Amino acid sequence: MRFYWILGCVLWAGLAQAEVFEKTLSNGLKVIVKEDHRAPTVVQQIWYRAGSMDEKTGTTGVAHVLEHMMFKGTKSVPVGDFSRRIAAAGGRENAFTSYDYTAYFQQLHKSKLPLAMQLEADRMHNLVLSEKEFSKEIKVVMEERRWRTDDDAHSLVGERLMATAYQEHPYHNPIIGWMNDLENMSYLDAQDWYKTWYAPNNATLVIAGDVKASEVFALAQKHYGKIPKAKLPKRKEMGEQPQLGIKRIVVKAPAELPYFIMAYHAPTMHDVEKDWKPYALSVLAGVLDGSESARLNKALVRDQQVAISVGAGYDSTSRGPSQFTIEGTPASGKTIAELETAIREQLQAVVRDGVSEEELKRVRAQVTASEVYKLDSVFYQAMQIGQMESIGLGHQAIPVMLKKLQAVTTQQVQDVAREMLVDDHLTVAVLDPQPLTEKNKQAKGGTHAH
Amino acid sequence: MRTKLIAVLALCCVASSAYATPKIQHWQAPSGAQVYFVEDHDLPMLDVAVNFAAGDAYDAVDKIGVAGMTHGLLDAGAQGLSEDDISRKMADIGAQLGGSFDADRASISLRTLSSAAERDAALDIVARVLQQPVFPEAVLVRNKASLIAGLKEAETKPEHLSEKAFGKAVFGNHPYGWQTEVADVEKINRADLEAFYRAHYNAKNAVVALMGDVTRKQAEAIAQQLTANLPQGGSSTTLPAVAAKIAASEQRIAHPASQSHILIGTPGIARNDADYFPLYVGNYILGGGGFVSRLMNEVREKRGMAYSVYSYFMPMQQPGAFQIGLQTKKEQADEALKVVRQTLDTFVAKGVTEKELQAAKDNIIGGFPLRIDSNRKILDYLSVIGFYHMPLTYLDDFTQQVDAVTTKQIHDAFKRRIDPNAMATIIVGAPESEKKNQ
Repeated sequence: MRFYWILGCVLWAGLAQAEVFEKTLSNGLKVIVKEDHRAPTVVQQIWYRAGSMDEKTGTTGVAHVLEHMMFKGTKSVPVGDFSRRIAAAGGRENAFTSYDYTAYFQQLHKSKLPLAMQLEADRMHNLVLSEKEFSKEIKVVMEERRWRTDDDAHSLVGERLMATAYQEHPYHNPIIGWMNDLENMSYLDAQDWYKTWYAPNNATLVIAGDVKASEVFALAQKHYGKIPKAKLPKRKEMGEQPQLGIKRIVVKAPAELPYFIMAYHAPTMHDVEKDWKPYALSVLAGVLDGSESARLNKALVRDQQVAISVGAGYDSTSRGPSQFTIEGTPASGKTIAELETAIREQLQAVVRDGVSEEELKRVRAQVTASEVYKLDSVFYQAMQIGQMESIGLGHQAIPVMLKKLQAVTTQQVQDVAREMLVDDHLTVAVLDPQPLTEKNKQAKGGTHAH
Repeated sequence: MRTKLIAVLALCCVASSAYATPKIQHWQAPSGAQVYFVEDHDLPMLDVAVNFAAGDAYDAVDKIGVAGMTHGLLDAGAQGLSEDDISRKMADIGAQLGGSFDADRASISLRTLSSAAERDAALDIVARVLQQPVFPEAVLVRNKASLIAGLKEAETKPEHLSEKAFGKAVFGNHPYGWQTEVADVEKINRADLEAFYRAHYNAKNAVVALMGDVTRKQAEAIAQQLTANLPQGGSSTTLPAVAAKIAASEQRIAHPASQSHILIGTPGIARNDADYFPLYVGNYILGGGGFVSRLMNEVREKRGMAYSVYSYFMPMQQPGAFQIGLQTKKEQADEALKVVRQTLDTFVAKGVTEKELQAAKDNIIGGFPLRIDSNRKILDYLSVIGFYHMPLTYLDDFTQQVDAVTTKQIHDAFKRRIDPNAMATIIVGAPESEKKNQ
């Protein structure tokens, strides 16, 4: 289910826990609180609006490297102490980097929120970046890259696909960075990054759980309020020229089964009230791959048995452009070409004949139910808020998007398929499986990483 | 690695305060199934899991793979419902049919809205899936082909190769070490699935867990609805004993990956083992405690040799594995292995400090509320408590059990249970084997 489920408080306004409060401190830090009193726990997430898409040539991967360095100590908290103190408070913690943002989180008993805030606020402006710690941590990141990408055939295909589909836009580069850039990175690169982007006016603080918004705002003021604002660089608009024809690449890597990804350039949400294509594309993904009986699995895996697995995906919300993707592994005895033909027939059927009201109803039922299920995870609710804030749509867009998603028509799905699913906007990346015995050294390669 | 909570916060020099734990109701359904229920009306949803002693350790030695295929085909068709009917009807009401499968346990789970129309429709489907599966021949043929392709693919992945060799080295001929091979899958037929289903999916062996927005009366009816028509009878659920000790071994397997995948281990502990808490708390210090464990500190923080390094005990009906794992650049695999072994040797020989123990308790006890802060997590505890016959007070007693652990107990338990000189070591993508085999 790669469909992008959006959450909304609207449908379930009757549930007392679904309240969101926000306040912006005078230094520009936006604080958002989601009260949920079901369990005595809380999650703190701090989201910086700086991801791999903000990197420059030669220092790809630095957003993620800095994420690692954020655990290496400050003027008052020696290296290792951040994690030790969170652990001693019964907490769980981690961080993740994406194309669009970098985020850090702790989950703890509600009584420990002040400690988590104190530590997180401290490393927002007091990080000590030493050459010694950097020299060890950069090796850890290179091991992470080997594990996530270089030795993982499907990840490699994804990395090379992105580098092919995007020629201008920085989504061209993998989040974890090219190995060559990691090998040549210095602690000064990480320091530059930190000084440029880590500031209260480039961050969103999301607190969700068994807390009172007024108390959280006071605590946030106490711990984050004195951190000075920074002058942020002007962000340049970045785009991708229209593709002028289909692109195809082959990736050779150790594997047994072939695999391939088809990626069509697709728009993302800019105006949640007026845009309609992102909603229609989301529903299209649900019609194709919202359940095991959805079109792709039913036709290609169950009926025609041309695929072992097949899936469709689309993310309507990101700072940069998006793609509508279809991926699959052919069944034994079938080729990638046969699978591609079968997939294209399915896409053409949507373009030619449209989709049924029954299929839309099913997608709507799944969206509605997942809105309820989402309430079982405070962490996930906080994630959605942080994400929407970081890409610039704002958390208020969440219920709006839910409503608009439910209003998509069959005609819109057919129209968007006809407009978007065209060969000139398509990139196809194919895994050509190589036997293990012939040692085939990869050049460096890679995909998204957190 | 699951545990529970309720805690005495003795550590923070605050007055001890107990964390609230869910009130677990337990009864036996008229069908014979054991039922575990937590009533909670905060969210308009219901989670259900039905568990059976039907994991792959229950395969016959000449019919390996049958348990997994049986579980996998439960939702491939039931009386009056085709494979597509099942998935489509579930999607129509936004319900989610899931399952889990390991060596001990096979389970089917359902998440649904609790409003009557959705709930009743979803439960009707699950009741048929559980009690009237038809194991359609055509789906069996398709799934066998798919599984065989998957197995061949897995044979190219270092993770799979290392896990497979590790299972054999640690468990020998015990079912916990069996691996499903292509030849096993090829000979599976419908009759095998039906026979396995009749022998292992019985009401008297079923553990039903329910969590969420239904009343006790409704929960009683649901438990009965899901189990009343399961096959009668049933075979023994006791698995053969696992040999407690193994001889030291080291296996190097060639692979072109840039990293070596290393696993080290030995048989560990059973779910109801008397040493469970000392070993659980001790392992937090050794390699279970995220960024603050000794292994993490030695291998990653001090030397930058791996992204991930960990250790764990997998408590099963019979002793599951104690396992240490990491991936590191091929050229430094031997050096990393040395660091890991030294860390383990020192840990077993010298035990832990009072300070380390206190830090472990602070984390495990202080973090107890995070273990039960969602319906999903509570449902999983209900299944585990029921399936492994753990006390109903397991969650209530958890923090006290952790708090009672001493450094001496940890030292003593590790010395008795973990012999660093009698471990199985697997290195896939090992430097020496590269030279030899290529």
